[in-house]
Amino acid sequence: MTTAPNPSELAIQEETQADDHEHHDFRMFGLLTFLGSESLMFGALFAVFLIFRGEFPQWPPEETEVELILPAINTVILVSSSFVIHYGDAAIKKGNVAGLQKWYWVTALMGAIFLGGQVYEYATLGYGLTTNVFANCFYVMTGFHGLHVFIGILLILGVLWRSRLPGHYTAEKHIGVEMAEIYWHFVDIIWIVLFVLIYILALLN
Amino acid sequence: MKQLPASIWTLTVGIVVTLIAFWAGGHNGLFPEQASAQAPLVDNFFNLMFMIAVALFLLVAGTIIFFMIQFRQRPGDEGDGVPLEGDFALEAYWTLIPAVIVIVLGIYSVEVFTEMGGFAPGGGGGNHLFMSHHSHHKMKTQLVSDTDAPDASMTEEFNAEYGFGGTDQADVTVTVTGMQYAWIFNYPEQNVTAGELHIPVDKTVQLNIKAADVIHSFWVPQFRLKQDAIPGHNTELRFTATKVGDYPVVCAELCGGYHGAMRTRVYVHTQTEYDQWLAENQFAQNPDLSGAVAVHAEE
Amino acid sequence: MAQAQLPVSSELPQASGHHPTAWKWYDYFTFNVDHKLIGIQYLVFSFVFYLVGGLMAVVMRTELYTPDADVIDPNLYNALLTNHGTIMIFGWIVPAAIGGFGNFLVPLMIGARDMAFPRLNALAFWMLPPAGLLLVGSFFFGGAQAGWTSYPPLSLITANTAQSMWCLSIILAGTSSILGSVNFVVTMVKMRVPSMAWDQMPLFCWAMMATSVLALLSTPVLAIGLTLLFFDINFGTSFFKPDAGGNVIIYQHLFWFYSHPAVYLMILPIFGIMSEVIPVHARKPIFGYKAIVGSSMVICLIGLFVWVHHMFTSGTPPWMRMFFTVSTLIVAVPTGVKIFSWTATLWGGKIRYTSAMLFAIGLLIMFVVGGLSGVTLGTAPVDIHMHDTYYVVAHFHYVLFGGSVFGLYAGIYHWFPKMTGKMLNEPLGKVHFLLTLIGANITFLPMHVLGTQGMPRRVAMYDPQFTHINQICTIGAFVLAFSVIPFLVNVVWSWGWGEKASGNPWRALTLEWTTASPPIIENWHRLPVLTQGPYDYGFNGHEEAEITSSHF
Ligand code: HEA
Ligand code: HEA
Ligand code: CUA
Ligand SMILES: [Cu+2]
Repeated sequence: MTTAPNPSELAIQEETQADDHEHHDFRMFGLLTFLGSESLMFGALFAVFLIFRGEFPQWPPEETEVELILPAINTVILVSSSFVIHYGDAAIKKGNVAGLQKWYWVTALMGAIFLGGQVYEYATLGYGLTTNVFANCFYVMTGFHGLHVFIGILLILGVLWRSRLPGHYTAEKHIGVEMAEIYWHFVDIIWIVLFVLIYILALLN
Repeated sequence: MKQLPASIWTLTVGIVVTLIAFWAGGHNGLFPEQASAQAPLVDNFFNLMFMIAVALFLLVAGTIIFFMIQFRQRPGDEGDGVPLEGDFALEAYWTLIPAVIVIVLGIYSVEVFTEMGGFAPGGGGGNHLFMSHHSHHKMKTQLVSDTDAPDASMTEEFNAEYGFGGTDQADVTVTVTGMQYAWIFNYPEQNVTAGELHIPVDKTVQLNIKAADVIHSFWVPQFRLKQDAIPGHNTELRFTATKVGDYPVVCAELCGGYHGAMRTRVYVHTQTEYDQWLAENQFAQNPDLSGAVAVHAEE
Repeated sequence: MAQAQLPVSSELPQASGHHPTAWKWYDYFTFNVDHKLIGIQYLVFSFVFYLVGGLMAVVMRTELYTPDADVIDPNLYNALLTNHGTIMIFGWIVPAAIGGFGNFLVPLMIGARDMAFPRLNALAFWMLPPAGLLLVGSFFFGGAQAGWTSYPPLSLITANTAQSMWCLSIILAGTSSILGSVNFVVTMVKMRVPSMAWDQMPLFCWAMMATSVLALLSTPVLAIGLTLLFFDINFGTSFFKPDAGGNVIIYQHLFWFYSHPAVYLMILPIFGIMSEVIPVHARKPIFGYKAIVGSSMVICLIGLFVWVHHMFTSGTPPWMRMFFTVSTLIVAVPTGVKIFSWTATLWGGKIRYTSAMLFAIGLLIMFVVGGLSGVTLGTAPVDIHMHDTYYVVAHFHYVLFGGSVFGLYAGIYHWFPKMTGKMLNEPLGKVHFLLTLIGANITFLPMHVLGTQGMPRRVAMYDPQFTHINQICTIGAFVLAFSVIPFLVNVVWSWGWGEKASGNPWRALTLEWTTASPPIIENWHRLPVLTQGPYDYGFNGHEEAEITSSHF
């Protein structure tokens, strides 16, 4: 250890090496940890919703019923977008940037349609945030989820923006692509739970 | 002087600690007088825990102080201590012994809780655990009418979701309403409303507790009983007062600026005094009902 | 929200190379990504809040010197007690213990150059000043007055603007804490020096691991609770409005689901500090390394299932009260394991009575008092009487002041040389310790009696029968206020003109002592290689001097 090269040089060397190999799963691990925590936010909202559901004789109460067709279509769109985004990921794994761009554009578009459908639903439901406790839950939960969809779209657009630079994403180096995908799946899974809670359970009442 | 063997030291310390702990358990003087059937149960349980706590504290603190003196650094000694990293038997002991203590305490607290009537809210044993009588639909109107003008709605069954109290059937039922910053006591059968609580001694009393605005908490330190008054939920408290006298009723839940001033008193009467008080007030508050007084007072 | 932070590119941060050799004073006021600087930012920031929160307590105690509300208006009293509790928890203990010591020590202890996400780290810190401003600013709107628990409906009908600012402030602080925790978990899992196995990681890091997991699991629930409260106040929803169908109990569950684990958030890092300070100054290996690690994890796990012990007198079904009685009592077992292990660490040692060690031992004794009173509160039958009385206030000041604050002081005395390169003055430290120990006991011991005798908490006016005991408490509070002076003088004077500290003044074995004091900007020129465990005192051939000379 006494004949070591200039220590500061060595440090730099070590660091870049570490970065190459480790930074990737750092971020993915960080994202997964964060999403685990995030899912508890939704978990808390779901718990609140279920407690109220158990308490009210009728849930949703009269005059604040939900409609089913539009949300069902929306669900199909969002769930299929999870497959679409995976095509993008598969494309970049083969180094196909154009394919990545194509599928990510489609995903972003489907996300936007979902949000549009949601806004349309809000506008046509006939009751607002403050009508009753069910409406409170409904708007807060779908709104909070919608916010996540919105952020997901921004992430996808971010990936698309960066993918313009040649060589930015390659078959080996595409952690950003994968993170956007994971996030999108997360948003999707949350929606499925939400859909069951709000719309399907309403049918069982 | 010859060195005493360690076992004698241990024995002496054990005896001293036990004696002090026993004494502390019985003579801590922490509680005000016991004026309900529930109070001795609580106190005895607390005193047991206090005893254990004193013993544990003396042992832990004593050991620490002993080690502090025994194993202080001696002048000039810059070396390290004994490289001891653990001892399985010792660690097993100090995991298992506390585990046994807390399990015993856990069982005992279920015991005490049951004896105090903790499992019997909602009219003497009805299973209200999973039932939900959410009363929000008429909450507002109900509360106003209850406190201002006791009427027919008072006799309607009071479904307490949560509560605490004796298992016996109640001899006296009082509706208690907490509001910023006062307690209102209503005797539905006699149509009497008062600002203090009057109850007979040695009778099971049931309080049906509601809140008009924010959360309050009905607490009588001498009874060792407390129950929150929660807007939107009916709660109840059943107990038996065992000592004639008057005791403070304290609001124990922060309810606004004058939370600290939300105090009144509970008067525990002999049965005759109680009947008398009731009759007087029934007459004063319902002059038109004077005919009925005698009938009710008789009961 | 936080998602915007996620890096979308795989570009490598180009950190090394262009650094200055040391930070200047003004760097401490900027968005700097060095974990050590961020740690010190957290510590100084939170200590300022400690003084503010302490000042509030002193005003409250002055008011309580007499039974009547004659010094300040009762509403102001409520605002003070709310903000005292909030500031002490969210502005002092949590940021100091987790943000301060966690950030400064974790990378140094595991041989990393920084945290996994340095920019996220800086961002998490810089969420706190706005949170603090919101809290302090709320006083211009009357201050939140519903207690640090802010139960609706009271919190919905008093001081709406101030209460809303309070909500936002806590949500910000909570988000900061989630981001910080993600960072800690990733750092410890991925960035230990290759030579460090899991069972060679210092116990402070293990404590931070348990803390972070707990924060990740519980903080989101609080964020939702406060968001719904905020909606109720500002957007006309009625989640917690009973007259419109809402349910006030749900808030209590959401709140305590976070806030009970929060008390372990505030004590676990402190336990970590204990596990570092005691072996070093007793010159002994820590007794029962694995048991201490395991007990942190058990506390973290069980800590998630005891929250209803704060709600024994709320609308809580009997079976729930019994379940939570038992789960609460169980926590005493792993906590006891720690206490006993530290005590056993003292056995056979050669104890140096430095200020750090004195605070650590003081903590040991004070915490046991608070823990044992916690056990009495944990049983529903007794808690029915004790709930919301000064007995509870006594309990939590013993664990929070006698526990957390003592632990933070111990940590500051222990690592100040490392952080600043200067030694603290020992005689002044001992004066500080004595005043704090005496003051704390005068203030908080008599409160037990107040509670059992019948004095509720959160009152500005009380029954005159309690006057004498309250006066003793108030005098104790003045002693405590005074006790800060020797500490402040010590820190300011030593930082500026104190004796220079060597790289390893306590001859300790954990990695942070293998670099200079203060550490150089990327911690080491060459990353250290572990040749022994963190607590191998007294084993031959593992003299601490070895690693210090070969790696720095
Ligand atoms: C650092 C913070 C901290 C810590 C560590 C604790 C630790 C504990 N707390 Fe405390 N607590 C608070 C902070 C803390 N608490 C706060 C802030 C409040 C009030 C909130 C509010 O309402 O504003 C509160 C309130 C509170 C209540 C609610 C009281 C009420 O409002 O009615 C209860 C009830 O169960 C409780 C219990 C416990 C228990 C059982 C422990 C245990 O973890 C303690 C375990 C430790 C020991 C037991 C001592 C050492 C062990 C041994 C020596 C082994 C042998 C022991 C036995 C066999 C018993 N606490
Ligand atoms: C870590 C947490 C912590 C700490 C350290 C403290 C410290 C103190 N607390 Fe604590 N306290 C809480 C957490 C804490 N508290 C909580 C959570 C509550 C519950 C709130 C609620 O009910 O909602 C509470 C409630 C509470 C009450 C009950 C109020 C009530 O119910 O009515 C009281 C009453 O005596 C009190 C007193 C004190 C005192 C005297 C100190 C002393 O230790 C403080 C000593 C003072 C100092 C160390 C500062 C002195 C400095 C100066 C005077 C100079 C200032 C200068 C400048 C600002 C430039 N506190
Ligand atoms: Cu009513 Cu406090
Ligand atoms: Cu708790």
